[in-house]
Amino acid sequence: MTRRVRLLVLALGGAGLAALLVAACLDLPGFGRARHPYGTRAVHASLARHTANTIAAVNFDQRAFDTLGEMTILFASVLGTVVLLRQSRDEKRAAPEAERVAAPVRRYALLVLPVAVVTGLYIVAHGQLSPGGGFQGGVVAATALHLLYLGADYRALTRVRPVGAFEIGDALATCSYLVLGLACLLAGAAFLANTPLPYGTFDTLASGGTVPLLNAAVGMEVACAVVVLLAHFLDQAVEIEEEGSRSG
Amino acid sequence: MDDPLIVVTLLLVAAAATAAVAVRDPVRQALVLSVLGLCLAVLFTVLQAPDVGLSQLAVGSALTPLLLMLAVRRVGRRAKGTTGTTGTTGTGDGEREKAR
Repeated sequence: MTRRVRLLVLALGGAGLAALLVAACLDLPGFGRARHPYGTRAVHASLARHTANTIAAVNFDQRAFDTLGEMTILFASVLGTVVLLRQSRDEKRAAPEAERVAAPVRRYALLVLPVAVVTGLYIVAHGQLSPGGGFQGGVVAATALHLLYLGADYRALTRVRPVGAFEIGDALATCSYLVLGLACLLAGAAFLANTPLPYGTFDTLASGGTVPLLNAAVGMEVACAVVVLLAHFLDQAVEIEEEGSRSG
Repeated sequence: MDDPLIVVTLLLVAAAATAAVAVRDPVRQALVLSVLGLCLAVLFTVLQAPDVGLSQLAVGSALTPLLLMLAVRRVGRRAKGTTGTTGTTGTGDGEREKAR
């Protein structure tokens, strides 16, 4: 295939895609309409099950099976990263050295660290009540932990973060989501159907049936996954070196 | 689309995204990407999607740039190791690199 033919094929494909996109965009509903056919139905379903945050109701009740898929994607991709970034035979591990950190950076990081971790946990815990949830809170809590790398150094971070425990936590949280789904099945309903637990009082922490439990499972899974992911990236960036090179 | 706040945030996102493409140095690009994440988070919040905004804030403006910076640092270190020079690669995380 010559360059000319290749360009022709590309132009043909691009033109087709552009035509389809334009045709699809012309049929889109108007921007920022106040009413939406799915919106009213989703709000109605979430209020019927005493879940204050409709997004949480969609994620963990109406579309709980989709969330299982998303969670599995994250789990599998972190697993792949762990396998790819392991220490290979021609690499050796160099002990990280103590490093000096500028005083204002240290002060700021150590001041913000507890606040950020608590914020992350709060966002997980209130997922069914206010904006946020397991995914958002998990990422916040996990990245907040790494302020220790900025405020102190890598050795301090490795001391408070046993990677093995977080790997086990990641797997356990993924399993617990599945187990909760199976528990719904055993209780006589469909897989992941929000029926076995009482719905509780609207707008309280224990409301929403299985929503807070599934939310917590996702929160733990995401937090552990992000910690493991960053741990292996940091490992590569700080500790693991190729044989024969020693950069100070 | 007639709300001026939406128009302003859309323009901000477009400017930040263009800057992220235009900047060539990967470390600076990671920083611009983080700004873009922040702009997108503001846009989602303005469009009344605070849940998505929060995800964008956590992933787009903190996690992704951090992973990028770590990857750049690792690649830079490898290049330095094979050529045998000891100078810094001159790409960002200055304090830490200088302290080594």
